[in-house]
Amino acid sequence: MSAAAALEPSISPPLLQVAALRKAFGEIEVLHGIDFELAPGEVHAILGENGAGKSTLVKCLAGFEPRSGGDLHLAPPDSVIPQAHSAQAWTHGAAERAGVVLIHQEFNLAEQLSVADNIFLGSEIRGPSNFFLKKGEMRSRSADYLAQLRCGIDPDTLVAELSVADKQMVEIAKTLAKKARVLILDEPTAVLTQNESAALFELIDTLRARGVGIIYISHKLEEIERLADRITIIRDGELVGRYAADKLSKDDMARLMVGRELDSLYPSIPKPGPKPGPAPSAEHVPALAVSGLRVTGATNFAGEEFSVSSGEVLAFAGLVGSGRTALMETLLGLRPGPVSTQSAVKVHGKVVRLSSLADARRAGIAYLTKDRKGSGLLLDKSLRDNFSLLALDQFSRGVIDTRAEEAAFAEAVKKFDIRMRDTRVTAGKLSGGNQQKLLLAKVMATTPDVLIVDEPTRGIDIGTKSQIYHFLAQLAAAGKALILISSDMSEVIGMAHRVAVMHQGSIAGVLSGEEINEIEIMRYATGLKTAKPSSNGSES
Amino acid sequence: MSKIDFKTAGPFIALVAIFIIGIFVNEAFLSAGNLSNILARSSFIGIVAVGATFVITTGGIDLSVGSMAAFISGCMILLMNALMSSIDSMSVIILLAILASAAIGALAGLINGLLTTKAKIEAFIVTLGTMGIYRSLVTYMADGGTLSLNFTIGDVYSEVYYGTLLGLPYPIWVFLVVAVVGYVLLNMTVFGRHCFAVGSNESVAHYSAINVDRVKTASYVLQGLCVSIATIIYVPRLGSASGQTGILWELEAIAAVIIGGTLLKGGYGRVWGTVVGALILTLIGNILNLTDAVSNYLNGAVQGMIVIIAVYLQRGAWRRS
Repeated sequence: MSAAAALEPSISPPLLQVAALRKAFGEIEVLHGIDFELAPGEVHAILGENGAGKSTLVKCLAGFEPRSGGDLHLAPPDSVIPQAHSAQAWTHGAAERAGVVLIHQEFNLAEQLSVADNIFLGSEIRGPSNFFLKKGEMRSRSADYLAQLRCGIDPDTLVAELSVADKQMVEIAKTLAKKARVLILDEPTAVLTQNESAALFELIDTLRARGVGIIYISHKLEEIERLADRITIIRDGELVGRYAADKLSKDDMARLMVGRELDSLYPSIPKPGPKPGPAPSAEHVPALAVSGLRVTGATNFAGEEFSVSSGEVLAFAGLVGSGRTALMETLLGLRPGPVSTQSAVKVHGKVVRLSSLADARRAGIAYLTKDRKGSGLLLDKSLRDNFSLLALDQFSRGVIDTRAEEAAFAEAVKKFDIRMRDTRVTAGKLSGGNQQKLLLAKVMATTPDVLIVDEPTRGIDIGTKSQIYHFLAQLAAAGKALILISSDMSEVIGMAHRVAVMHQGSIAGVLSGEEINEIEIMRYATGLKTAKPSSNGSES
Repeated sequence: MSKIDFKTAGPFIALVAIFIIGIFVNEAFLSAGNLSNILARSSFIGIVAVGATFVITTGGIDLSVGSMAAFISGCMILLMNALMSSIDSMSVIILLAILASAAIGALAGLINGLLTTKAKIEAFIVTLGTMGIYRSLVTYMADGGTLSLNFTIGDVYSEVYYGTLLGLPYPIWVFLVVAVVGYVLLNMTVFGRHCFAVGSNESVAHYSAINVDRVKTASYVLQGLCVSIATIIYVPRLGSASGQTGILWELEAIAAVIIGGTLLKGGYGRVWGTVVGALILTLIGNILNLTDAVSNYLNGAVQGMIVIIAVYLQRGAWRRS
């Protein structure tokens, strides 16, 4: 690549155009002059590593953040001649009125209001007196929008009762009500199952055919390939280039995002035995053995059974909603399960009772939650406070020995390569990838023998992903037993010695060796194939 | 960094400013007697507010502290008067009353805590309810009038309020000890760190192996104990209790906490800020007493303004950082 940004010729006339857009937070500039344009009826993907500035860019486009410099032009609905909008006047409200709507990673819905109320929130239809609401009309129009999206939600449903995918549908229906002409989707599939994602893609095609311009942010290169007409790639706040999507392979995209050749994404993990994994012999004592574990709402009354050995990576694959997180959180006492007498948990052969995460910590088991922002980190606290929170007792002799705490934190920063502007920033200020590394450092501070990681690379850039895989491989090599819950098929195949596939709340099968491939995993995950987990030899 | 951290220094600056105003208002202000009086008076609200700092940092609120103080006062007086007939030693009677006070305070806090955590009722509702209950109970115990401490005991017990050590009245020493213990507990122990974590994000605390319910309940028990300590030094001051005892203490305590820079939404608390907040509130009342410029009856209005201004300034500083 040449140093100058490669620019595909413009499609004219553009719907939305920005030139040399700059954004600074205080004295720190994070976007250094980005050119971007969007044509009507186009899906334009923005690609970049976490921290590259994608979210900041679209926030500037949608008026959530005032830009520090650069021009923004938007063609009004009745004309093709773009109209300039100054940075001060381009507020969130102004952008929405002009038809530029951003759907956030975290939804903006009033949970205690109905779907129809949400769709018209802020643009309610009023009666002639301009005081009373026309509920009936809002309801019927909402039903109409939802029908256009081929979505069967009842407009009277309370949003709090909806699934995540349905909430996203409501967000998109809201944009229809606002007659959006520019729709910005920031990682829309991060929370969706494969079927729901497919439905979303069809919807995007529909909107595209109607002339809506769509800006699409995602880390999933397959999605970009499926959807995008053009791709703008940014790196460290700089424009790398704008490309026609059909001219870029997935490899090209990854290479341009990272700016260097990726040394093998998945590390080679020393196998605890020759693949397929360790043969369960009489003397072999797994690091963690679970049997008869029942989960609230699951139909398998015999309970689930699995085990993982030191140095082994056992992946839990399955569709989103197949009950993997529920299984682990029930095991760890994080959520209550049904009372069961047959349930047995053994750590290195010793029976343990885990009724809270504190018990699990004592037993040498650590859990990395998939909800990094909601359950993993205190976003408004310092990195050090976050790092030591789970292992705080280690640093306390009545009062906390802050010097020991600082030292352990400094060591973890080095070990897990946590990058920050300075050590006093709060966890919320870190990029997603660095937050994830901090979270990993936090759970590893208890020096567990068994580590359960839940979607450890969700929503983080490819460079940090690779780093996390290497950390996990190192931990396995150091004799830790690893359980990896992942919805990323290539991650499962690249990392695991064995794969337990879950379907509707139960383990449908445990795969090893040659069986670990995409098709076989999918067969179990979708319920086409079932096998009793017999790897523990309990049937004899 | 030469820039003053307004968040931390703000309450101290305000305290100094109000103090200087006091000097100009009346020369009696600077007299040793007046200063000692200010400190002693601020100790009641201050001690209660140290407890409130824990509750608020943990993300809760306790509106029942004023009624609780009245109720504990009433119980102590009734107990001491009743023990007069069976125990000769005044000191033993007072000691028993103090122990009973601590037990009632801790129990009342435990009830608030368990109703909040186990019954999962909002703290605002729970403590609004117990506020009414304790207030009503003390009125009932006094039969609508006033409970008075037996004069013989009162004479002995008054030493606790009027007695001095190194020239400072005991209440000031008690306040200081409570503040130091509170500071150490909140800032230097695992429990304190857990209070911050629970107030900041309960879910994260839960996933960090913290027993959220226990931390919250403990904060209410601490609050109850602080109310009990405040009551122990308050009863000998007047030697009586009625339905009017401790009225609006909850508001003054919460105001002191907020002026001191603790976040009402939880997750961040400062014991020294709270101490300064309590001093500011008492100083204002004292200065209004010493001047004719503003009526003493407007004490509450001035305090209310100070709270609003303090929070406004903090919010501004908060956003800029």
